[in-house]
Amino acid sequence: MKRAAFMALLSYWRRQPGQLVTLLLGLALATGLWSAVQAINDQARSSYALAAEQLGARSLATLTSATGAIPLKRYVTLRRAGWQVSPVLEGRVRLGNRWVTLMGVDFLSHPTASTMQEQQPELAPVDVLTPPGRLFAHPATVDALGPGKTPAPILRTDGLPIGIVLTDIATAERILGRAGQISRLLVLSDQPRDLPALSEIVPDLTLTAPQRETDISRLTDSFHMNLTAFGFLSFAVGLFIVHGTIGLAFEQRRGTIRTLRALGVPLAAISRLLLIELMGLALVSGALGLVMGYLVAASLLPDVSATLRGLYGAPVQGGLSLRPSWFVSGLGMAMVGALIAGGQGLGTLYRLPLLSAPGQQRWLGASLSQMPVMATAGAICIGLGGLGLWLFEGLLGGFALLAGLMLGAALLLPPMLAFVLGQIARRAKGVVGEWFWADLRSTLPGLSLALMALLLALATNIGVGTMVSSFRLTFTGWLDQRLAAELYVTAPKDDIAQDIEAWLIPRSDAVLPIRYGEGHILGQPVRVYGIADHPTYRNHWPLIDAQPDVWQRLGDGSGVLINEQLARRADLWPGARMTLTPELSAEVVGVYSDYGNPNGQAIVALPVLLAHFKGVANRQFGVRIPQARAADLADDLRQTFDLPASAVLDQSAIKARSLAVFEKTFVVTAALNVLTLGVASFAILTSLLTLWTLRLPQVAPIWALGMTRRKLAQLELLRSTALAALTAVLAVPLGLLLAWILLAVINVDAFGWRLPMYIFPWDWLLLTALASLAGAVAAALPAHRLRSTPPSDLLKVFSSES
Amino acid sequence: MLLRVQDVTKKYPGTGVTRPVLDGVSLQLNAGETLALTGESGSGKSTLLHLAGALDSFDSGEILLDGKALSRLDDTGRAALRRGPVALVFQQFNLISSLTVAQNLSFHARLGERFDPDWIARLTERLGLSEFVARYPEQLSGGQQQRVAIGRALALRPRLLLADEPTGNLDEIASDRVLDLMLELVGAAGTALFLVTHSTEIAARLDRHLHLRAGRIA
Repeated sequence: MKRAAFMALLSYWRRQPGQLVTLLLGLALATGLWSAVQAINDQARSSYALAAEQLGARSLATLTSATGAIPLKRYVTLRRAGWQVSPVLEGRVRLGNRWVTLMGVDFLSHPTASTMQEQQPELAPVDVLTPPGRLFAHPATVDALGPGKTPAPILRTDGLPIGIVLTDIATAERILGRAGQISRLLVLSDQPRDLPALSEIVPDLTLTAPQRETDISRLTDSFHMNLTAFGFLSFAVGLFIVHGTIGLAFEQRRGTIRTLRALGVPLAAISRLLLIELMGLALVSGALGLVMGYLVAASLLPDVSATLRGLYGAPVQGGLSLRPSWFVSGLGMAMVGALIAGGQGLGTLYRLPLLSAPGQQRWLGASLSQMPVMATAGAICIGLGGLGLWLFEGLLGGFALLAGLMLGAALLLPPMLAFVLGQIARRAKGVVGEWFWADLRSTLPGLSLALMALLLALATNIGVGTMVSSFRLTFTGWLDQRLAAELYVTAPKDDIAQDIEAWLIPRSDAVLPIRYGEGHILGQPVRVYGIADHPTYRNHWPLIDAQPDVWQRLGDGSGVLINEQLARRADLWPGARMTLTPELSAEVVGVYSDYGNPNGQAIVALPVLLAHFKGVANRQFGVRIPQARAADLADDLRQTFDLPASAVLDQSAIKARSLAVFEKTFVVTAALNVLTLGVASFAILTSLLTLWTLRLPQVAPIWALGMTRRKLAQLELLRSTALAALTAVLAVPLGLLLAWILLAVINVDAFGWRLPMYIFPWDWLLLTALASLAGAVAAALPAHRLRSTPPSDLLKVFSSES
Repeated sequence: MLLRVQDVTKKYPGTGVTRPVLDGVSLQLNAGETLALTGESGSGKSTLLHLAGALDSFDSGEILLDGKALSRLDDTGRAALRRGPVALVFQQFNLISSLTVAQNLSFHARLGERFDPDWIARLTERLGLSEFVARYPEQLSGGQQQRVAIGRALALRPRLLLADEPTGNLDEIASDRVLDLMLELVGAAGTALFLVTHSTEIAARLDRHLHLRAGRIA
């Protein structure tokens, strides 16, 4: 019995291959985009975890100094007192073509570094510890460095994250030029008993408990949350397609189901069969979606890796390796999605009386009479989003507001469109106009899900587009201010730097040293720069808040400038006092924008920096010179000191490189934006196609009353175009609100800076035109079908409708 | 002569049926005359009505409507006929669900640019629809909906009204009432009526009665 009943139910799909394809493709798209984002996130997170484990940062407490560097004598004190600590010296250095993080560790005491050495059986331990030493790096890092000479032989190992070069601490001291310095001390897990308290023997050092998560993962959480939000949005948009198709399939099979029940098949058995069918379809779509997800993820991952490296310095491998959990979760999402989309249909089936005749309108969802309920639900969702922002702090609150706003706006769309179309219909002139607008309004319930999907996609497009464009505009202007010097020079060593500086002074308007030390404020790493008193800074530095005598106070050493991230995180604004080192405290006299940097930063007068921070390298300069002479001076400088091209950069090269990093940052967002819009357009197409059988009874009488099929087809095109355009117009305020939340709430929490919001009306016009075009393209096929429908098919409406 | 059907044959391609639905059918209808066409299910009576209303094309023969040969008209010409001298009433009423009763009543007349508010007001009153004009079709009973459909057709002041089982979906009382009204109004307007029905009783109330059997006039 069950087999026969199942075959009867399945036979529907044989007669409706278009619906079957729509269902499979819709669910596959939803699963695909979701799985793509998950694959990218998994890959990135596993890279962070690998980095953290391999470098021993995750499970060990660390000791750091407020001044940035721990003197060697503190290490000696600790060891003499019996404390088992392992020193780490870390710094950025240019090797070959790339800047890398050089990490020097004591191979004898570091908990995991010795495994690198053990992986190289031909390598004698003494080679690592004695000059020239050895460098260890991931093969991808080695390849990226290029064929140039490195300060020590470099060995390939898979056990390190990309972008990190590991070496013995003595070798690191030599390469970084920071002899006798320690960045941090790892407090090993096995310690003798009865040790003196750290606060007694090294009171100037700060003990940080083992990190539950790495700094990298904390910093990149917002990025991944953005991706996840996009993935979820795409999934939801895909479900809109599936919901409509499954609902229609259930509704159109009510006749078959009624017959099966009349023939003695219990409703519970029919429901189980439908559930099995649904799960089978979900498995097929899920598998298809996983293939699509893999392809999307593989194509986007290189850009994501570049973004994470460029923006956060986070190491992510460019290749995609998938775990079984990814397959399981992808198929699980497909099944959950199918259940969500089909749940309403199954529920309706359960409630309908046995003899209820098959209808065509019920599956459509909300009817026009339900619009007030939808409007109320929408308002409640928006209210709950606002409550979420108030209840939860930080990113969670921001995303709660976003979720409430987007869901609420989607629910509000059909009632708003119904209202607008009602007003237009009331004012319409001419009989065709009256019918057109009234008919448009009556078809709203059937198209509402697709239009909601389109609204979400368009608003996201406007919101994210506004954010990115605002960011780009601000960032470009900021670069112009920040990169005021015409040339930027990096010397390989301090002594060469001194020679370069002496050579440059008579040949340029000014040589501005770029010198810094590392410190900690509120447990966060902060780089403290010392700058010379020069008009370049006074005239160009991008201050967003400052006291009137800011430059004078900075120059006399009584004031400090801090970046926006630090100001917001520590709530330090002009007038507040802050402690940079135990011996150095100053008043905040200004706050400057510092885009693209996740960490805090401070600026003091150069003499102040040199007085309070030891071993500050002096290898970088900004050079002021008339622009016309910059290129010649750069060439002379390279030739005189035998410097590589990358050691002397002109302003435009740095700007181009910075903008390239910036563009990479949003390339993934832009790609997901386009994909989501594509899925939403597909939702309209599938809705129009599934509505096709319902449209004939509406348009056939108009044809019979004397309107040509050509005219009706044109009106069908216009109908879809008008709905898409109206939705786009309503998406503009929602998108702007979304942009505001992204800029004023999410960005501030995620990155620590707030951007001014710029509006781009031409972009909205373009998007409205694109949405209208998408509506027209989606309606082209149904319109063509209407135009070529033979009269005999149209006449069936009058003779066989039941 | 308002309508002349001459030796018309019609087949539906792709149905697997080799016998034509209409096989050499001829008839004629004068202005103001009422004609009933009866026949069993599948005899081709609705098809003949559709051909007379320029809704479908035929394979051979000719139909002359108001002096125009339908075989020579393209889609636009046929549509123009349906907005002018010909109006139709269907068994399923086929009102426009998104428009009110008032809008439905005037729809066809406005589409054919023959809108006469006084005439429509009189029709509305005579059809007993005055109190329902602001309602939508779904808010009316079957009899009321069919009265709106008749009003919509007659509002055009057509020369020929084609009605396909106009009372087929109504109970006996409603059916009688609708038919009385239709005959009264076409008589008053001088409109010819070509009505397809299963019922010999209804057919007997019209001026002439033809019977169709297996695609031929019996």
